[in-house]
Amino acid sequence: MRAAGLDIGSRSIELVILDGEGRETVATERIATTPTVAEDCRRLVATASFDRLVVTGYGRAMAEVAFGYPSVTEIKAYARGAEDVRPGCRSVLDIGGQDTKAIALDGTGRALRFEMNDRCAAGAGRFLEMMASALDYDIASFGAGAVRGDGSVKINSMCAVFAESEVVGLLTRGLRREDIALAVHQVVASRAAAMLIRVSREAPIVFAGGAARNPCLVALVEQAVGGPVFVPKDPEMLGARGAALIALEG
Amino acid sequence: MAQNDYRTMWKDLGLDLDTHDVLLGVLGTAYGDIYLSQKDRPAGMGYLDFVISEIHGLRIRELVDAKAAGRKVIGTFCLYVPEEIILAADAICVGLCAGADMGTAEAEKVLPRNTCALIKSFFGFKLTRVCPYVEASDFVIGETTCDGKTKAYEIFNEYKETFVLEVPHTKTQFASKLWRSELDRLVEKVEQATGKSIGADDLRRGVQIANAKRAALGRLSQLRRARPSPISGRDALLVNQVAFYDDPIRFTQKVNELCDELEVRVREGKGVAGKDAPRILLSGCPMSAPNWKVPYLVEKNGAVIVGEESCVGDRGTRNLVAEDGKSRSEILDRIAERYLAIDCAVFTPNHERPDHVLDMSRNLHADGIIHYALQFCTPYMMEARKVQIALDSEGLPMLRLETDYSMEDAPQLETRIQAFLELLK
Repeated sequence: MRAAGLDIGSRSIELVILDGEGRETVATERIATTPTVAEDCRRLVATASFDRLVVTGYGRAMAEVAFGYPSVTEIKAYARGAEDVRPGCRSVLDIGGQDTKAIALDGTGRALRFEMNDRCAAGAGRFLEMMASALDYDIASFGAGAVRGDGSVKINSMCAVFAESEVVGLLTRGLRREDIALAVHQVVASRAAAMLIRVSREAPIVFAGGAARNPCLVALVEQAVGGPVFVPKDPEMLGARGAALIALEG
Repeated sequence: MAQNDYRTMWKDLGLDLDTHDVLLGVLGTAYGDIYLSQKDRPAGMGYLDFVISEIHGLRIRELVDAKAAGRKVIGTFCLYVPEEIILAADAICVGLCAGADMGTAEAEKVLPRNTCALIKSFFGFKLTRVCPYVEASDFVIGETTCDGKTKAYEIFNEYKETFVLEVPHTKTQFASKLWRSELDRLVEKVEQATGKSIGADDLRRGVQIANAKRAALGRLSQLRRARPSPISGRDALLVNQVAFYDDPIRFTQKVNELCDELEVRVREGKGVAGKDAPRILLSGCPMSAPNWKVPYLVEKNGAVIVGEESCVGDRGTRNLVAEDGKSRSEILDRIAERYLAIDCAVFTPNHERPDHVLDMSRNLHADGIIHYALQFCTPYMMEARKVQIALDSEGLPMLRLETDYSMEDAPQLETRIQAFLELLK
């Protein structure tokens, strides 16, 4: 049997297909979310072959109604996915496009507690994208740029709009962009780590979501929690992987 | 009563008819979606449906008629205002509109933006002239509970006479004395406004009416211990919300009739959700009508709310005034004691509240607790930690929500609620 997991996020949509026998990954796909999100999903799924599909992410209710797929919350999907990539996982940090979440696990893939950011996407992936663009970095090289910063700059604002004007103000004062980039990373990491610590800092910790590809952020989060975090191979696919496993296990 | 007569009445009260029409339209749609769509509702909820359909109609007509007959109408925003004293002077006590995202833009012209939704709402209702209760009130009684309300009443007084009671924030001897003297000041104010002198018999009658209402609501709470619960959390919340608007004697009788019906349901094992539906206790800030967002999201996802540890719920109804006071002064002592026992988060220390949340969770067989705080409500947001620690000691899961009256965050709230319900399975 082939099982699929579809994670409809605010910035991208991921599809993972697993083969029942060896739980082997037979396909992974990722596309950007557009205003015609239902159409995006239809296209992504049309080319895939699977027996069952479970959907998660903010678009799950839409997909449940439009396509009749069963759904689970992101919390359940990430918890299951984290157990798969790091057996015995006790803590998950996910920095997605519009939200950040921290989950405590029981060591068998079940969520015990969780927290998500409230009413504001500051500190999530989209915030990093905006700050990278204000500093003229592409998102893939933002972290590498920040690593060269000397730590002399501090950012106070966690509102994406105010932070942007703060960054622009710092640039006009002639400060180096790598120093400002480091300050942006510090503020995101400290907020995310604070949430993780409130929920659980017990090892093993899995760090997922697109932001986990950023080496500067990973290092800062590790510093804040006082230990290593495990970044899976495709950190943004963890929700879709978890959903596929839930589909597989029926 | 024809709609036309209401329009004349609303116009005479000074309402903005166009904006008021919009409000009634939104309210009607929301009520249909959230309330009338429920299955297996108790027949006794028919009375509540009627009250809501006439909440700006027949009930306002009653207030206007009472005023014409010489009675006074006094508006309140908080359960620290002793309604016994108002009832003793044969005046009418009404809770004022504060539960909808109405006139927020107007309110933000006079209040800081980072003010809680409840305060913005009562200002918004007043400034946009859509709350017939505040317009029908002779004056308003405020209270120094949180800093936001305390300072807001100074401004509110520019628009409507507001008499402010000083609620202490500790429960020391000095605080009790202060509070008791505030009741004397209130008695004097109510006597002067109504032209009546309040004697021991008047107070006794006020106490009996208020106690009977609280006892009926307490009876409703206890019936929700049953598995399955005989009534939805939404409906029970509505009963508690209407308690602030309706005539207390009629309301008490109707709640008791509803409870008679629920007792039969419990005996027959009938309920509104399956036996296995997760049972949720709500704890935290008040939910004034028509603030039904979170209860709706919880129950729409298959859980049933079995209690509200809230001002609109258990916190406002569980303590009765001891009826052993003989003299006027003794009865006022008993009233003061009753109100000072309320465990609002503005008090310090306030271990009573976390302890009570734990007691309620056990008593109502709750599987999980949702701690509900309005954004910028510092006392409840801070106290969530103490509540969490108390619940952790018994392994009871708690979800912390912070929200306001807008609907923008409904999808995010629903994700958290669904994930929380998944944890309880």
